[in-house]
Amino acid sequence: MPHTSEVMLHVNGTPHRLTLDNRTTVLDALREHLRLTGPKKGCDHGQCGACTVLLDGRRANSCLSLAVAHSGARITTVEGLPRGTDGLHPLQQAFLDRDGFQCGYCTPGQICSALGVIAEAAGGHPSHVTAADGPPPGEPVPLTADEIRERMSGNICRCAAYPHIVEAIEDVAGAAVTS
Amino acid sequence: MTTSRERALGADTVRIEGPAKVTGTALYAAEHTPDGCLYAWVVPATVARGRIVSIDTAAALAEPGAVAVLTHENAPRIEEPDDPILGALRDDRVPHRGWIVAVAVAETPEAARATADAVRVTYATEDHDVVLTTDHPGLYAPETANGGYPGSRERGDFDAAYAAAPLTVDVTYSMDPMHNHPMEPHAAVARWHDGRLTVHDSSQGSAVVRETLAALFAMDPAHVTVISEHVGGGFGSKGTPRPQPVLAALAARYVGRPVKLALHRSQLPALVGHRPSTIQRVRLGAGPDGVIRALAHEVITYTSTIKEFVEQAATPARTMYTSPHSRTTHRVVALDVPSPSWMRAPGEASGMYALESAMDELALVAGVDPVQLRVRNEPSHEPDSGRAYSSRHLVECLREGARRFGWRDRDPRPGVRARGRFLLGSGVAAASYPVVITPSTAEARAAADGGFLVRVNATDIGTGARTVLAQIAADALHAPLDRVRIEIGDSDLPRAPLAGGSWGTGSWGWSVDKACRALRSRIEAAGGTVPAEGLSASADTTDDVQAGTEFARHAYGAHFVEVQVDRDTGEIRVRRMLGVFAAGRILNPRTARSQFIGGMTMGLGMALMEGATIDPVAGDFPERDLASYHVPAHADVRSVEAYWIEEEDPHLNPMGSKGIGEIGIVGTAAAIGNAVRHATGVRLREVPMRPDRLLPHLG
Repeated sequence: MPHTSEVMLHVNGTPHRLTLDNRTTVLDALREHLRLTGPKKGCDHGQCGACTVLLDGRRANSCLSLAVAHSGARITTVEGLPRGTDGLHPLQQAFLDRDGFQCGYCTPGQICSALGVIAEAAGGHPSHVTAADGPPPGEPVPLTADEIRERMSGNICRCAAYPHIVEAIEDVAGAAVTS
Repeated sequence: MTTSRERALGADTVRIEGPAKVTGTALYAAEHTPDGCLYAWVVPATVARGRIVSIDTAAALAEPGAVAVLTHENAPRIEEPDDPILGALRDDRVPHRGWIVAVAVAETPEAARATADAVRVTYATEDHDVVLTTDHPGLYAPETANGGYPGSRERGDFDAAYAAAPLTVDVTYSMDPMHNHPMEPHAAVARWHDGRLTVHDSSQGSAVVRETLAALFAMDPAHVTVISEHVGGGFGSKGTPRPQPVLAALAARYVGRPVKLALHRSQLPALVGHRPSTIQRVRLGAGPDGVIRALAHEVITYTSTIKEFVEQAATPARTMYTSPHSRTTHRVVALDVPSPSWMRAPGEASGMYALESAMDELALVAGVDPVQLRVRNEPSHEPDSGRAYSSRHLVECLREGARRFGWRDRDPRPGVRARGRFLLGSGVAAASYPVVITPSTAEARAAADGGFLVRVNATDIGTGARTVLAQIAADALHAPLDRVRIEIGDSDLPRAPLAGGSWGTGSWGWSVDKACRALRSRIEAAGGTVPAEGLSASADTTDDVQAGTEFARHAYGAHFVEVQVDRDTGEIRVRRMLGVFAAGRILNPRTARSQFIGGMTMGLGMALMEGATIDPVAGDFPERDLASYHVPAHADVRSVEAYWIEEEDPHLNPMGSKGIGEIGIVGTAAAIGNAVRHATGVRLREVPMRPDRLLPHLG
C-alpha cells in the first residue's frame, strides 16, 4: 500500500479527519476527497494560481502544498468566504458586477488571491511596485491599479478579464478603505 | 405577456451562470466523479519518430493502487477514427514526440501518475525531421487550407503589375508556434452503464464528440451522451474531439469502472493542437499615392505527418484591400511534429500580422499616414470574389479609433519620444474576421405557469453564449428574461454546432429565434394561453443557412496601440490598447466587451511573449509549462479599451450579429510591432518580439 497519513484539515470552518496518500496535495485533498470544486487545477505546478486558497489566513497555491505537511491547517476556499445577506461575498459580487471573468475557471483563485492581496496591503506588505518613499513599513499600502496588477500577477486569466478583475478588486479595496 | 419587442437584446445582462462560477459550484468536466471512479494518466512517447518495440508494464502494475496499463497490445479494438489524432493505442507507430503510447489507470490520482511513470517503453527510433525551412524539399501546394479555402489564388498578372509599380514593399515575417493553453486542461470522465456511454468532456462542441465516440465504439449515437456544461476556455483547442474522451471511454470499458482522465498542463502542447509557425512573404506594389496595384501573400508552414492542417494565413489578403493583381498561396510540409490545429482566429491572426505590418511599411515608403493609407485602399467590392459587402465599416472603425486614441497629434518620426530610458511609439492596424453561419436546431417549450424552456446544444466556453441565447429567446417569445430557462452543453439536447469560428451566437441564436417565434405563434393560435400540458416548437435552420448569401460578409476592426521600449533591456511594454469594432449588432455589451478585450490581450501575448520552439533534437516543444510559455499576466495588461460602432446589417441572421470571439486577436500584433517601429525606428519581422530579438537593434 502507498504510505498514508492521518491528516486533519479545517476547511471552511469544518474539521475533516482524512487518511491521505502522502503524495496528495492540498488541492487534490480538497477536490478529490472533500469534493470542493472551487479550487481549480490549472497547471498543478504553481504557475497559474487557479488553485489559490487561504491557508492559515494567507493565500497559497494549494497544488504546491502537500496535505500531510499541513495537518491542522485552517483552509478557506471560495466556497467558504463569508457571505452577505445576498448570498455572496463582496468580492464575488464585484466580479459579477464587473464581468471579471469569462470561462470562470481561474475565478475562484482570483477571488481568493484578491482577498489575500487586500489583507497583505492592509497589513503593510510592500510589493515590487510600492514606491520607496511610500508608506512606512507596517503602514497600509494603498491598492492602486498598479499595486493590484503587480500583486495579482500570480493568477493567470487566459480569457484576459484582467481590466475587469482589477476594477472589481478596486471596488472592494476602495470600500474597505473608506469604511 | 408583454408585447414590447427587443427588450432583452442589447441589454447589459449579467452572465446567467455567473453566481455559480464565482462561488465555485459550476462543475467542469474533471469535477464529476462517479461512484467507483478510477484515475488515468497518459504516457507520452519520448522519441519523435519510430516504432514501439516493447512495453514493460510489470513494474507499473506493481505500483500500489495500479489497476491497468492500456497499450496498443491490450487496448480494446475500436474503429479507425476519421481524425488521426484520435488514433493512439491502435498500433506501434510513433508519429511525434508526446504521442500517447500507454494509459495508466489506478485507484487514485497519485497512483495513476506513479503507475504511468513506471511504464518502460522501448522504441526503434527513426531519423526525424522537425525543422521548417523555406527551401524544404517536402514543401507542396495544398489544394485547400483550413476552412476549406483554396490553397492558391491568382487574379490578374501579379508579376507584371508588381514589376511596374512605382512603390514596392517586399518583406518576410515569421511567427513561432503558439499554444492555446486554456485555463482548464483537457479532461474527460467516462462511464459505461446499461449499454450506454456517458462522458463529461471539456469540449467546445459535444455533438461531434458524441458522434465520434459512437463511430469509434460502433454504437448507436442515441446511446452516447456527452456533456460539456461548463468549459474552462478552449480557444480552438477543444473544437473537435481531442484524445481525452476517447481514451477515457476506452479505459473505462477495459477496467469496467468509470475513468477520469485529466491531461496535465505539460501534456497539452503535444496533444491538443497549436498554431503552427508561419513564414510569410508579402509583396505590395503601389502607385505614388499608396494605392495597391499588386499584392502577393505567400505563406510557408508545416503540418504533422498524420494529418494535413494548413494555417490559412494568406486568406485575409484576398478580402482586405484594393488589389487588382493578386497572388495568395500556401505551401506546407509534413514534419514529424505534433499536429497543429485551430488557435483563436487561425489564418486571420497569423495572416493579418504580416499583412498589417506590411501595410505599415508601405505607409512609410509612400509617405502616407497609416490610417489614411488604409482608407485609400478601401475596395468597393470584395477583391477575390467580386461580391458586394453585406456591410463594411473598416474606415469608420479607423476614424473612430483615431479620434478616441488622439492619433491626429501623432508625430510620424520614429525614435524621437524619449522618457528616461524608455522610447514611446504608437501604431495602428486593421482587423477582419469572416462571418460564418452553420445550421443549428433548437427547441422551445412553454409551460402553463408562463415559464419557458429553451434547449439547444450550444457550448459556453466563456463567451456568454448561455446568457445571450436566453436574451434572444426572451425577445422572440416577447417574454421577460427571467421567465426563460436555457439548457445547453449536453449532446442529448437538439443538435447544434461547436463553439468556434465566431459562428456560435449567429448559428445557435438563429435556431433559438426561429423555435421561439414558432412557439409564440402556437401560443397565439391557442388563444394566447398555454394549456396545462404545455406547448413546444422546434426549429432547424439548415434550409435558411443553405440558402446562402450573395454578399461577402466580414466583421472589421481597428487597433491603436502605444508602447514603451526600454532602451537598456529591449523590453517592450504596451501602455495602452484601444480597439474599435464593427461587428453587426452587439447583443450584450457586457460580454461583448470582455470578448474583445480578451482577444486583444491574447494578441498582446502573440506580439510580445507567446512563442514556442520545436527542439530539433528532441523533436517537440521544450516549453511545456506556464513558466516557460509566457501568456499575459495582470502586470502585462494596463489600459485596454474596446468600443464598437452601431452597425445595421440585414444580410446576416435574424439578430443582425456578426461573431466577436476572434476578431480581437486579429491585427493586434501588427499594431504593436508598428508601434515598436515608431518608438525605435527598428522593424522586427518576427513574433514574439522578445527583448533578445529587439535589443541587438537598439543602438
